[in-house]
Amino acid sequence: MQNLILYSLSNFIPETILVVTIIVCIIADLIIRKKSFAVTFVAIVGLVLSFVFVVKQWGLSMSIFSGMLAIDNYAVFFKLLFIISTLFILLFVETSKEMKTASHKNEHVYLILSLTTGAYLMASSVNLIMMYISLEMVSLTSYILAGYLKKDKRSTEAAIKYIIYGAASSGIMLYGMTLIYGYTATMNINEIFLYLSKNPITDTPVLLASVIMISAGFGYKISSVPFHFWTPDVYEGAPIPITAFLAVTSSAAGFSVLVRFFLVGFANTEIITAVKWQEVIIVFSIASMIIGNFVAVWQTSLKRLLAYSSIAQSGYILLGLAVVNSAGLFAVILYLSAYLFMNLGAFYVTILIHNKLGTDNMDEMDGLGYRSPFIGVTMAVFMFSLAGIPATVGFIGKFYIFSALINTNSPNLTWLAVVGLLNSVVSLFFYVKVLKHMFLNKPEKPLPELDYGYANILITLLLAVPTILFGLYFTPLLRLAENSIKIFGLN
Amino acid sequence: MEQLSKILYENILTILIFIPIIFSLPLLFLKKQSEKFIKIYSLLLSLIVFIFSLFLFLKFNPDVEGYQFIVKYKWISFLNADYHIGIDGISLLLIMLTTFTIPLSILISWQSVNKRIKLYYFMILILEGSLIGVFSSLDLLLFYVFWEFILIPMYFMIGIWGSEERVYAAVKFFLYTMIGSVLLIIGVIWLVYSCMEKDMFLNAENALRKFTLDITQLDKISPFLQPQRQILLFLLFTIGFLIKIPLFPFHTWLPDAHVQAPTAGSVILAALLLKMGTYGLLRFSVPLFPVAFLTLTPYLAVLAVVGIIYGALVSIVQKDMKKLVAFSSVSHMGFIVLGITALTQEAVQGSVIQMVNHGLSTGALFMLVGMLYERRHTKEIAQFGGIAKVMPVYAGIFLVVSLSSIGLPGLNGFIGEFLILLGAFGSQNLKSIYYSVFSATGVILSAVYLLWMYQRVFTGPVDKDENKNLKDIGKIELACLIPVLIFIVWIGVRPNTFLHKSEKSVNKIILQFKNAEIINKTRNTIDINNSVFREEK
Repeated sequence: MQNLILYSLSNFIPETILVVTIIVCIIADLIIRKKSFAVTFVAIVGLVLSFVFVVKQWGLSMSIFSGMLAIDNYAVFFKLLFIISTLFILLFVETSKEMKTASHKNEHVYLILSLTTGAYLMASSVNLIMMYISLEMVSLTSYILAGYLKKDKRSTEAAIKYIIYGAASSGIMLYGMTLIYGYTATMNINEIFLYLSKNPITDTPVLLASVIMISAGFGYKISSVPFHFWTPDVYEGAPIPITAFLAVTSSAAGFSVLVRFFLVGFANTEIITAVKWQEVIIVFSIASMIIGNFVAVWQTSLKRLLAYSSIAQSGYILLGLAVVNSAGLFAVILYLSAYLFMNLGAFYVTILIHNKLGTDNMDEMDGLGYRSPFIGVTMAVFMFSLAGIPATVGFIGKFYIFSALINTNSPNLTWLAVVGLLNSVVSLFFYVKVLKHMFLNKPEKPLPELDYGYANILITLLLAVPTILFGLYFTPLLRLAENSIKIFGLN
Repeated sequence: MEQLSKILYENILTILIFIPIIFSLPLLFLKKQSEKFIKIYSLLLSLIVFIFSLFLFLKFNPDVEGYQFIVKYKWISFLNADYHIGIDGISLLLIMLTTFTIPLSILISWQSVNKRIKLYYFMILILEGSLIGVFSSLDLLLFYVFWEFILIPMYFMIGIWGSEERVYAAVKFFLYTMIGSVLLIIGVIWLVYSCMEKDMFLNAENALRKFTLDITQLDKISPFLQPQRQILLFLLFTIGFLIKIPLFPFHTWLPDAHVQAPTAGSVILAALLLKMGTYGLLRFSVPLFPVAFLTLTPYLAVLAVVGIIYGALVSIVQKDMKKLVAFSSVSHMGFIVLGITALTQEAVQGSVIQMVNHGLSTGALFMLVGMLYERRHTKEIAQFGGIAKVMPVYAGIFLVVSLSSIGLPGLNGFIGEFLILLGAFGSQNLKSIYYSVFSATGVILSAVYLLWMYQRVFTGPVDKDENKNLKDIGKIELACLIPVLIFIVWIGVRPNTFLHKSEKSVNKIILQFKNAEIINKTRNTIDINNSVFREEK
């Protein structure tokens, strides 16, 4: 027993490093007692160290802590994604004026790191209990972060709304888990799969109900319709760096566990025909795309627009899951990597705009493309990428999602590809609307040019360059994705 | 030196694509004050590209069947997508048209565009690069990337430098073409996967063994796909092209985009972007899906004829000169589609040369209307009258260009339209002479709308005071029009210079089509035999 724990701990180093970093950050914060980059720096060092050890886990395939967590390439991929996004978010916070108005000093650093730790656990959990606990860990820190500007009414309101929705959906999820446990007498998803594939499935309504209930928990994390109601308000109310963090890390973590839950626990033709979860995912996906895209058209706030765009993007990613084969999963992984760069980029440009204008209302952005050509051009890159125009990484993501849909015959999902692509035409309308404000609309009176520091420009370029580069040459991403999904053994 | 010229010779297409794209980037970092330098720099750049393309034109061997100047590098090994470019005679003519039109559209903007000129010339130049890319890609993914990328500069061209309703027109243009593109990408993916499915073919040996996007391979296989699948794929591909052409009833974005775009935008749109649609038809829809094309020919041809007559009729009643020219485009593009559906040597050759003709004549018409607009700030026909007395040179050029658009023998329009009508008349594919007969009325109607407009604008007394002091055509304006006039006459008198280049390529497309038709006919009989056999069992 002791050996097992020691063995598990030796493969738990990346998480341990993060936890230690959190403690060091807290102590440092207590000693320094004022706003300081030192705390952030400690966090960055911790993340980089953790990165090194995560990379070392590449190629391993094992389960630790008696089947609670899995160490595999799939988890490693997500951990890398979380590290990169957390690094960016820490930099975002440093350059955001909004965050400086907070009455707290350095608390955000270790809150962000705790969320990342939770996300790590989500990506590697293979046990329902572990899934629930890690999901709650992510949620709890997100509530605090969403209400970080406690003097700002909207931020506090966002936090409260978030808690209510979060509590309700994780409650529902827990209930769904008990149903599954009642049915299969196990919490481990590998064992659930074994049980379901060996025994004839009799009570399909129970299983279907539990699957839908569990999806409520995951669906709320990835902000998929019909569990999306919190998204626009929280995205709007929370400080923008935090919004970006929720949109990328928290949502990717949701996908990591959702995909693992379904593709490990239920990926078998008989189970799919009996439980019909594929249909459930398809319905969620179509609803997310349609509601996300169509409601986004009417938004005037850039943050709300990006919120609805996130809902729609979740819909596209769910399409990849709905295919239930390796090509679909491949596309999901690819889309999430694309999503990391383009969505963080879009949010960072929003931060930069907010720094100067103090608002994210798009009517105020008329002519912004000329006031700061850099902002205009990079925003164009991110918007076109989100819309899936070629020569950007967003196109690659969509291309693979739709090729997976077209190249499957059981059942024929080509119609779904058509629905998705027509939706992306709608999405183009509102993404281009942002650019329309920046370039085509004339401001009422001439406004001064905006200057941005080198740090801001550098961070933006770190996101914009991969967005284009991976759009033109994406073989590295493909190799990464190919290796990440091998453990699922899908065909 | 010799090696250098060899490298140059082998990579000439790559150079043509990337010179305008790469060398337009420095423009963005120039100071705003250096207006003159920006203009001269972009003009020189486009002229250099034109000179390189002349080299391409001269070195192109019209007697070789298939693609020339092929370059192939690995791009994305996972998809077997390559950087694969090469041209045949049809692409050659369109590339020449592109490199010829771009310097002119830079010149025409010399005085009229004063707003954000860095960005403006940057957009024109990257448009040029991507257009050459579209006309030379032999890889479907590469083609799609260029095809789709063109939307972005064009959207900004219309949206930033257009007239009052520009934003509406730009968004409409973007969304319309995007719907087409989205269908196209589904078509591309589905085509490749269909070619890999064994039961899509009568002879399973035909099926593709590995994923490829190379059209020189695909067009050997996909003609033998099951007819039903072919029809679906054909529609996915073709609707995108038809929107771009635009064929009636997909044309509604065109008048808005044309009227709102700046002069150079209209010229590029009419001369080049519309050709992407007809080029797509010839390069992809016909060779890849012959059976579907055969089945759907009547529908396409009817739409083309309706487009010819409808476009002409609507042109007649226009009050705005630019709108009139825009609708005449719908009519002229109808001729090109009719020629393609006829699929005889004469008709398709006519279509190819008509693509060039339409680019020249309509482009020139847009330039001329733009010049008048700059002087009077109106495009309304009723505001003019007797202009010929005030601007004699301008009036003369306008008359020549109008006549070329109408199809007067001796000028370029006649060659194209005559070949198309001749080909359509005897076409086995169309099976009826009525297409030809009805579309011939389009020629008469085009005389009606253009000459009537000419009469109202240029003849009669000068009854408006504002028109009395209009300046005649200037030097720069003349420099834009003279090259066009030269080619208008050249094609009219000696079309063989150009027809000769595309002869083999057109022939190849028709032969491919015929072969596929024969094989599919035998397949039908086999299919019937099989079913009879099964029933007997």
